[in-house]
Amino acid sequence: MFLSQQRTNSAAADASGSEPSYLTAKRGLMSWLVTVDHKRIGLMYLVSVLFFFLVGGLFALAVRMELFSPAENYFSADTYNKLFTLHGAVMVFLVIIPSIPASLGNFFLPLMLGVKDVAFPKLNLLSFYIYVFGACFFLYTLVSGGLDTGWTFYTPYSSSSSETSVISSTFGAFVLGFSSILTGVNFIVTMHKMRAPGMTWTRMPLFLWSLYATSVIQVLATPVLAITLLLLIAERTLGIGIFDPAMGGDPVLYQHFFWFYSHPAVYIMILPGFGVISELITINSRKHIFGYKAVAISSVSIAVIGFLVWGHHMFVSGQSEFISVFFSFLTYAVGLPTAIKVFSWVATMYKGSITLTTPMWYALSFLFLFSIGGLTGLFLGALSVDVHLHDTYFVVAHFHYVMMGGTIIAFIGGIHHWWPKMTGKMYNSAMGNLGCFLTFVGFNVTFFSQFLMGSQGMPRRYYTYLEQYETLHVISTIGSQVLGLGLFVTLFCFIHSLMAGKKAGKNPWGGLSMEWETESPPIEHNFHGQPVCERGPYDYGK
Amino acid sequence: MSSTSANSGIDEKKYLAHHFQNMAQQNASGKLGMWLFLGQELLFFSGLFMAYFAARYFYPETFLDAHTYLDWKLGALNTVVLLTSSLTMALAVRGAQTNNNASLVMNLWLTIILAFVFLVVKYFEYTHKFDLGILPGSFYAGPEIVGQPNVFFGLYFVLTGMHGLHVVIGIGVLIWVALQAQKGVYNSVNHVFVENVGLYWHLVDLIWIFLFPLLYLVK
Repeated sequence: MFLSQQRTNSAAADASGSEPSYLTAKRGLMSWLVTVDHKRIGLMYLVSVLFFFLVGGLFALAVRMELFSPAENYFSADTYNKLFTLHGAVMVFLVIIPSIPASLGNFFLPLMLGVKDVAFPKLNLLSFYIYVFGACFFLYTLVSGGLDTGWTFYTPYSSSSSETSVISSTFGAFVLGFSSILTGVNFIVTMHKMRAPGMTWTRMPLFLWSLYATSVIQVLATPVLAITLLLLIAERTLGIGIFDPAMGGDPVLYQHFFWFYSHPAVYIMILPGFGVISELITINSRKHIFGYKAVAISSVSIAVIGFLVWGHHMFVSGQSEFISVFFSFLTYAVGLPTAIKVFSWVATMYKGSITLTTPMWYALSFLFLFSIGGLTGLFLGALSVDVHLHDTYFVVAHFHYVMMGGTIIAFIGGIHHWWPKMTGKMYNSAMGNLGCFLTFVGFNVTFFSQFLMGSQGMPRRYYTYLEQYETLHVISTIGSQVLGLGLFVTLFCFIHSLMAGKKAGKNPWGGLSMEWETESPPIEHNFHGQPVCERGPYDYGK
Repeated sequence: MSSTSANSGIDEKKYLAHHFQNMAQQNASGKLGMWLFLGQELLFFSGLFMAYFAARYFYPETFLDAHTYLDWKLGALNTVVLLTSSLTMALAVRGAQTNNNASLVMNLWLTIILAFVFLVVKYFEYTHKFDLGILPGSFYAGPEIVGQPNVFFGLYFVLTGMHGLHVVIGIGVLIWVALQAQKGVYNSVNHVFVENVGLYWHLVDLIWIFLFPLLYLVK
């Protein structure tokens, strides 16, 4: 049955190369709104995610502007609380969680597997609309009084005291969870059941292994967030007495519920970033990745151990000290598979033939920033040190180094890497490099100063501060503006490419994974006939 | 490609989506997808069960006292109703697999009727509670019970309400499947959707089998 459809002859591909691309195969707005093509859905996700990245980013710039001096500059304390809450909630739920899997993952998973689509194309479109539906609740929150609980919705403040739109935003996050779950189900089934002939598990690009691990967490952790948020809504509307001590509940129980999802969720956020970096570093070093199986398995083991460390968010919450020791130990255990990845990437570059393309600059930025983010996590995972650093800017800097310096940098690097494939256009690499450089410098100036402030005791989430912190806050604010400038340069680079970019060939970077075998941009059904996988994705020089 | 196989001359191409190689791949994908979905359903309810156990650990006397206000006979009746509906659902799946469309349609409608019976019994239970002033959470105005009766009944309404919502969704999907079945859509080649709905229905049943003793039979 496979044999009758097999086709690997590239001459045949050229002969039928006049087939229209997925962008032009169907025309009109409706053809986008009701599409079940994973590539178009991926692109719609990408645009939505980038839009909310802009929204969340503007909130962040506003937060930094307020902190330019200790006085009340532009916003009242209440408005400030809303700004940092909405920055966090938008960035976590609407940007970082869907960022890489839903956009790049959706677009490239079937292409890398050599198949026509994901297993459930209609479900894929549904999950996009669920995302839009959930996003509408967040937009409603913005115009109906905002939200000031912090993105973590801690009780009893969220359940009983806050006068902002807690219900619409928690319900929005609840809805977004289903989008995430359905994407996860779709990816797992596609990888299990639909790989092209010859595409064994160990021939899958590492990006797909990371998406697999991510999907497992999405399917198993997100429902717990769903029920947590439902219980929070029930607590706020009915007062069922589960989280609010005044009604007989336990606020620490809420924290257990919340972090049981939200710690694994940080691996939903970072694992796809790891996958992207594995692709960028191998393709630009022209060398087989060092320790393919170790990198692949480390993704899965991070996913497994990641379920057992949630208590490290609660070292000072009054939870059992005995259990804190275990959580601390397991937190350190996550460092092992993570270190395996970082060392493998560095070893891959060693004696490689490195090309410093824009995506490679992003990969190198990632290595630098993520290493700092990861290593400062060890400070916070240590029980005694955490007592000092808890709820300070040290924590803020740590997770921005991991989430922005890790995931977002990998995301933007990934967009640069696959941009020619998605759009069929090249971009000006000097402009791309400039965006990367400004982002990198601005990011470090913004957040390294926050490590220093945090270790000196500057608490997070305050709209003002003691004068001793003023210099570092000013540096951080200036850095945030350089960072914003870098991101706008990157945006301009993409827009410029769309309008005036040179036409991209099938395989501008010389990649070996399957997405590079089809046209740029791909045709509607991805490949002419059924491709056959005959080599590993990193068999350079063989 | 052999599209008409041993399946009594049914044309496979009619049911095969464009992105699958063959029906075997399509069916296997559909089933795996459903099992993953059931996995997330289990995690969803496990959160509720954790909430239950935490509250029971905080207020054991309340749970012991408050549960006597639930009518275990009606709960037991509903357990029987749901178990029977699982049987009719399984027979419906069997009907689809064996090309017995009459059995498929009849058993689907029987399942739907039993699901409605479950909801009717639940309705009488709820209204009886409301008459006693047993309302969820801070609206509780019922009998004097030691500790925090609002917590027990708050959880009772959330747990059974979430389960009831799953029953309602199940009824909606079952009606759709029954109407499709009447048009003769399902047969020994194309039956994964019926099977998946069946799996969902068994899960709804299974959740109730845990809810019943936890809430009604605390002692």
